[in-house]
Amino acid sequence: MHLSARLALPLLLFAAVALVLGGCPKPATTPTDVSGETKVPKGSGLKMAGGEEIAIGAIFSVTGTGAPLGEPEKATAEMLAKQVNDAGGINGKQIKLIIADDATADDKAVMAAKKLIEQDNVMAIVGPTMSGTTLAIVDTCEQAQVPLISCAASVKITSPVKKWVFSTAQTDVLAVERLLDHLKAQKITKVALICDSNAFGQSGAEQLKKQLPPAGVTIVAEEKFDNKATDMTAQLTKIKAAKPQAVICWGTNPAPAIVAKNAKALKLDAAIIMSHGIANKKFIELAGDAAEGVVFPAGKLLVVNELPDSDPQKQVLLDYDKAFQAFAQKPANTFGGHAYDALQLVIAALKSGAADRAAIRDAIEKTQGHVGIGGTFNLSAEDHNGLTKDAFALVTIKGGAWTQVK
Amino acid sequence: MTASALLQFLLTGITVGSAYALVALGFTLIYNATGIINFAQGEFVVLGGLLFFTFAEVLHWPLAVALAAAVIIVALIAVIVERLAIRPLMDHPVLSRIIITIGLSVILRGSAKLIWGVDAHSVRPFSGDASLMIGGAALQVQYLWVMGLTALAVIAVRLFFDKTITGKAMQACAINAEAARLVGISVPRMVQASFALSAGISALAGAVIAPVTFASYDAGIVLGVKGFCGAIIGGLGNGLGAVLGGVLVGVLENLGVGLAPTGFAGLQDAFAFLILLLVLFLRPQGLLSRQRTEGV
Repeated sequence: MHLSARLALPLLLFAAVALVLGGCPKPATTPTDVSGETKVPKGSGLKMAGGEEIAIGAIFSVTGTGAPLGEPEKATAEMLAKQVNDAGGINGKQIKLIIADDATADDKAVMAAKKLIEQDNVMAIVGPTMSGTTLAIVDTCEQAQVPLISCAASVKITSPVKKWVFSTAQTDVLAVERLLDHLKAQKITKVALICDSNAFGQSGAEQLKKQLPPAGVTIVAEEKFDNKATDMTAQLTKIKAAKPQAVICWGTNPAPAIVAKNAKALKLDAAIIMSHGIANKKFIELAGDAAEGVVFPAGKLLVVNELPDSDPQKQVLLDYDKAFQAFAQKPANTFGGHAYDALQLVIAALKSGAADRAAIRDAIEKTQGHVGIGGTFNLSAEDHNGLTKDAFALVTIKGGAWTQVK
Repeated sequence: MTASALLQFLLTGITVGSAYALVALGFTLIYNATGIINFAQGEFVVLGGLLFFTFAEVLHWPLAVALAAAVIIVALIAVIVERLAIRPLMDHPVLSRIIITIGLSVILRGSAKLIWGVDAHSVRPFSGDASLMIGGAALQVQYLWVMGLTALAVIAVRLFFDKTITGKAMQACAINAEAARLVGISVPRMVQASFALSAGISALAGAVIAPVTFASYDAGIVLGVKGFCGAIIGGLGNGLGAVLGGVLVGVLENLGVGLAPTGFAGLQDAFAFLILLLVLFLRPQGLLSRQRTEGV
């Protein structure tokens, strides 16, 4: 007895810690209180006929390294669900949005997807936030035949086309196409790459290596960094030795800010070009002076005030920005915009009368001329992203603010 | 590989490594006093950085005041944490107390996320955003502060152990807690002091690197691991060894990135583990024997 009593406490503690560390066996999902009604009875997600609610799942990286993207996405989805429900719902039915946090971890994303599909019987899943977590659950959604509308940018999500998988983020293919225009205009023929070793960074690197050389741009050096690395001086030193005209950095905050700072410290004499992964104010705040002059492709939300009134996106962007500010008490960003577009596609499909998972999928695939935050979506059986390079504005940072590259 | 590039790798390694050194020293102090590997060490670093951010950038206190306040508050947090979570388990095996520190790290990280949010935060450099060129290699001026304060902290800790009664009493507890108790030293109080000292030093590291590596709620994991590697490499329990170990981790990591062929350089963090494994294979006594040294 004595021995077992002595063992009991450490074992209990261990169990507690394991629980906290590993998360519960099932990821915690937080049904957002947008409907205020009771949980959808099991099975009603497949056929809405009997239920008063439509269950829609969402998986965002609310914690972990993807959190700066996942948080605005979560807030956006909650805001949009509330807007729809306050306006009377869809064809008289309220949306029940069930948001799961994947903690920017592939395994948690898979668990969250399984729970949403099997237990919550959702009609569709919005998210995940990151390319890696999205790719992790693609098979799960394909097998279960649940529409997945990702908020991540890797081209691998929609190419090759997967029947049930869509994406609302501008892909890296388009971003690189847009950058190529800039490189040609600036007569830059020698570039060095420094990319995050995560899915986003490597997918970008792959596109750059695919598109640049045929267009006459030589890649003189290629480096990688870890997303959580705190110093990239070593990689940049190697790049400096290769004497590129421009350094292209593909990654998400905060690492690119460190790249910008280290490059400035090294007095690297090259233009700094980055990806749409830095399209938030945080980058400017973190990199400070080093952010000046950095050029990157980004959704038009960043430069909405510079857009001509004739731009069909302008009013949509201004409305979203205003609504998000009011809802979340902070400025909107393009990442939240991806969640907005993803959920809007689902809502539009539901409004058109789609009543089961297959019908929603079919309706989303037929979306034409849908003006969203990320651009104007024209989807088809061959294109599950539906955007073109015109979805991007080319943005530079001047005096701590974004401005369009003329 | 040019000489200036090699110099750059070394210089960056030493500068980054001096931050790891402070974390490693923090590990050592608590290990010596209690036999605990404190897995919440990285979180003390993060709290130091984030509090410093709040004081310096949000409340606009003078940098020196903000720095001191961050260090003192984190030391106080460590004292409270020790009192509430570690001391009640004094009679339990070391392992359960180590596991408690894992739980603590989760709690501290979660609290930091609630308070400061998920974004990284930047603090202005102590003396301008400039960089120096030394023989073709660049050095951010902030890193002079990192190295200078690391050196100061190491000297201060050493003097504390050599010249003060409290320091000597702490050493006595480390060498033989039973004997220390017999001569009238309050062991719990010394353990508490070691937590305060260790957390304070870690907070200092977090604050002084905040302008160059930013402070974010989840940075503690990586910093903790690097510092832990440094502490092990230096021979766990050996203060000076920990400092050298930390610097070594920084240098080897940067040389690794610098000299590795393209494609492997993304494995920056893996280098620290590789070094750790090598040391454990070749010189395991650092880990296995509770090697005692005089002073730090």
